[in-house]
Order: sequence, then C-alpha cells, then structure tokens
Amino acid sequence: MSLLRLLRRPRCVPMLNFGLGMTYLTLLVLVPVACLVLRAANVSWDECRRVLATPDNWAALRLSLTQALLAACFNTVTGVPLAWVLSRYEFPGRRFLDVWIDLPFALPTAVAGIALCGLYGPHGLAGSWLARLGIQVAYTPLGIWLALVFVGLPFVVRTVQPVMLNLDLSQEEAAACLGASRWYCLRRVVLPELLPAILAGFSMALARGIGEYGSVIFIAGNIPGETEILPLRIVHALEGYDYTGATILAVAMLAVSFALLAVINLLQRHRRA
Amino acid sequence: MPNRTITRRTAEPAWVRRLLIALAFLHVGLLVALPFASVVCQAFGEGLDAFRRLLASPDTSSAIWLTVSLALVAVPLNALFGLALAWGLTHLRLPGRRLIETLLDLPFSISPVVAGLLFILLFGVNGYLGPFLRAHHLRVIFAYPGLLLATLFVTMPFVARELLPLLEASALSGEEEAARLLGAGWWRIFWRITFPEIRWGLLYGTILCGARAMGEFGAVAVVSGCIRGRTNTLPLHIEALFQDGDLHAASAAASLLAIIGLVSLVCRLASARLHALAAAQRPPTT
Repeated sequence: MSLLRLLRRPRCVPMLNFGLGMTYLTLLVLVPVACLVLRAANVSWDECRRVLATPDNWAALRLSLTQALLAACFNTVTGVPLAWVLSRYEFPGRRFLDVWIDLPFALPTAVAGIALCGLYGPHGLAGSWLARLGIQVAYTPLGIWLALVFVGLPFVVRTVQPVMLNLDLSQEEAAACLGASRWYCLRRVVLPELLPAILAGFSMALARGIGEYGSVIFIAGNIPGETEILPLRIVHALEGYDYTGATILAVAMLAVSFALLAVINLLQRHRRA
Repeated sequence: MPNRTITRRTAEPAWVRRLLIALAFLHVGLLVALPFASVVCQAFGEGLDAFRRLLASPDTSSAIWLTVSLALVAVPLNALFGLALAWGLTHLRLPGRRLIETLLDLPFSISPVVAGLLFILLFGVNGYLGPFLRAHHLRVIFAYPGLLLATLFVTMPFVARELLPLLEASALSGEEEAARLLGAGWWRIFWRITFPEIRWGLLYGTILCGARAMGEFGAVAVVSGCIRGRTNTLPLHIEALFQDGDLHAASAAASLLAIIGLVSLVCRLASARLHALAAAQRPPTT
C-alpha cells in the first residue's frame, strides 16, 4: 500500500527511471573511465617520460596528430562548399548525393579499411594508376591521410548544412543591394554566420581522426616508426601486457585531443565576445 | 520567418554553380562511392568463389553467429536503459544535466582502442579485478563478456542521443501536462502521448545502435584476443582473412558487413520521410 502511494508522488516515476539509467551509465562508462584516471594518477613522471620518449611511440604520436590535422583541414575546405551545394542548389541527383555523404558514418570501419586498401593498394585500380605517376598511397602517411579524410567527411558537412538551411537571405539581399559583390558578401556576411558550425565540425573530425583505428590499419602497412598510428601503439602495448605503457599513451592521446578541443572552444567564445 | 527565396542577387553566377555541383559529384564519387564500389567488385572478382570459400569455413559461421549474438544482447539493453535515462532526464529539472550529457557522449569521443583498454584495465590479468576473477575461474577479457562490455560501451549513446531532443519536445509540448491534470498515470501518458511521438526516433536509434554493434572493430579487437572460431567477430574476421593474404574473401566478408551499413542508411532516409509525413499530418498549433 505504501509503495503504491510512493509511486503516485509526482516525481517518483521519473526519478526511478533516471536512477535506473544513471546506474547503468555509471557502471558502464563512469567506473571504467575513473579506473583509467586512477591508473594514470599512479604513474610516475619518469615512467611517463620513458614511454613517451620511446622513438616509435613519439613518431606515432606525431604522425597521428599531423595526419588528423591535415585530414580535418581538407575536410573543412571541401566540406563547406559541399554543404553549400547540397543546401542551396537544386539539381538532378541532389538527394542521391546527400545520401552518399552519410556512408562513411554508416559503413563499419573495417569495411572502409578493406575498401581503401583494395582500391589504393599496389594492385588496386587507383593504386596502380597512381604508382605509374610515382605516387605511392598504401603503406605511407598519404594512405593514413586518405583513410582519415574518408571517415571524417560527414562531420563538417552535417554540422554546417543545417545552419546554411536556416540562413536568412534578407541579409545577403541587403548586402547585394548595397553594392557588395557576391564573393564579398559570401566572405563578410555568410561566412561569419557559419564559422561556429565550421569550427565544431572541424573539431569533431579532428577528434575522430586522432582516435581512428579500424579504417587506418589496413592501408597504413604499420611499419614501426614510419606508419604506425598511436592507437596501434596502444594495441601493441596491450599485447605485451604493458598496461602502464598503454595507459600513458591513452592518456596522452586524450590529453592532446581535449587540449585541441579546448583551444577551438576558446576561439569560438572569443569570436562571439 | 526568415527569407529563404533565392533571387538573382543572392545566387552565384551559373558557371560557378555548375562548377561547384560538378566538383561535389567528383569529390563524393572519388572519395566515397569508388571505394565502396571497389570492395563489392573485389568480392565478386572471382565470381562467387570468394563467397563460397568464405561461407564454407567454420570460422566464418562462428564469427557471424558471435556478431549477431552480441548485437542481440547489446541492442535491447542499450535501448531500454537509454530510453529510461533520456526519459528521466527530460522529465526532471535537474542541475548538472549538461554534465550527464557529456558523460553520455564520452563513448563517441573516446578512441575505440581506448574504450577496449578501459575494460582491460578493469578485468585484465593485471587489472583491478583480475586477481578476483582468476580466483573464481571467471574469464571476461578474451571471452564473450568482455566483447559484450566493449560493444555495450561504444553503442551506449545512440538510442539516448536520438531520443533526448524528441522527449524534450514532448515534455515541453503541454500535452503530457494536460493528460496528467486530467488524471492519467505516467504509464498511460507514456504509451498514449509520448510513445507515438518518439517511436520513429527510437527505431532509428536502435538500428544505428545495432549497426554499430555489429560493425565495431577497434574496441572489440582489443578485448577479443582474436581467437579464430571462438572470439573473432565478423569485422575481426575480415582482418584475419586480410592478414592471410586472401583479399577476395576479406572483401566478400566486408560486403556482407556493408549490407548492415546500407540498411542503416535506408532507415535514415525512411525515418526522415516518416518524420516529415507525421509533421504534415499533425494539425497546425496556431
């Protein structure tokens, strides 16, 4: 009887559901993450320096970072015009094109890896053609970049597109009436409105690129010190039961991506102020 | 109401427009469509032989079975608890909601390899619970429970993320409050008012969750140990075949897995269509 009365109280049922969901989230996400932090807190500085100073680890960190940055930049530069085409122009095949953008999200990463490796590998269609031009894609940093461009493609397009669709054209109209050229208007009227969304998309693509594993390892060739990415170094450390090394690398990776995201957030706030 | 009509003054010159459209097709074609087409071509490169070889191997069937069984357990769990969390979160005015949402997004922003590492640190040989598990002869890492935990972790946010905005809108619309004032219980309100609003979102979130659960590679690779025929899921089996040098069979396995991606894409389209339809059928509020 008292239980029934308790259930009748207005906030009891939402509380019950929330508690259930929160317990699940805590057990599944918070506790494991806390364990990683706890483990990292017990690592001495010397050990940290020893792991990060290993030439292979250091090279992997640099490689992952540069390729993720380059890929995110490329995806931003091409993604904004792509979103513009999809949101502003009417042409046959627009919906069809729009669907293809989501494919890198929907495709399992191992499939993307095999696809890129088959296409750009030494015997692949594009790979053999490029090899004749003297460009080797597979087993080089270029291949890693390509894989990261593939998986990062939807981020910028999908964050910028809704903002573009909601733009008020009166402002552009006014700018044009006041004598601004189309290019000037795009640069000074449209771009500032889009900038927060562009930066958000860029940072998401970057974060994804730093941590990406499945689509990269097939095409990268994984040559130690040359084309080994940071997540792969973590896997190698774990295969050798070196939990401390893996923890340090993981925390370094998280720290770098959080630092980059913080910088981008600050930039965004700075612009708004 | 913002002005959305494009006039002569707010349009680019025709040649710019045509150039940009052509570039967009070229970009998406080369970068997305071509790799996708190549993996299918490669799978059928030897006719159906690659598929026959792939499906004849007992390792493949056990990999498929393992992948499906992981998704069958992980998806209902995440859908149920994700729904509970999102519903509770939107029907309570709690401080710190942003913090909880950040926590919910964590599996999206963490590298899949790190997600696997988290569970190794907990349950691995040198992990926090390692000695306890060994004393009781329980295996988590390199066994089904570890694979399940990693899958649950990476697919946790899908359903809750998809439902949060929908439930928020439903909670704020006033219909639920009206029903409550008329004396309806929570259960009745949920089934009669909330559920019709969120069902397509729930379905879509569940499908995304399932697609990711079956396609996850990094997190599962770390905790599985890749024992063929025992703890190899279908995505890991692709890598194993690739390491054997059998690119055709690997591509065949990959195109089986690509079907999952295509299904989730089609569902995205369908759910957008259904959503627009439902919005059109609803009587205008003003």
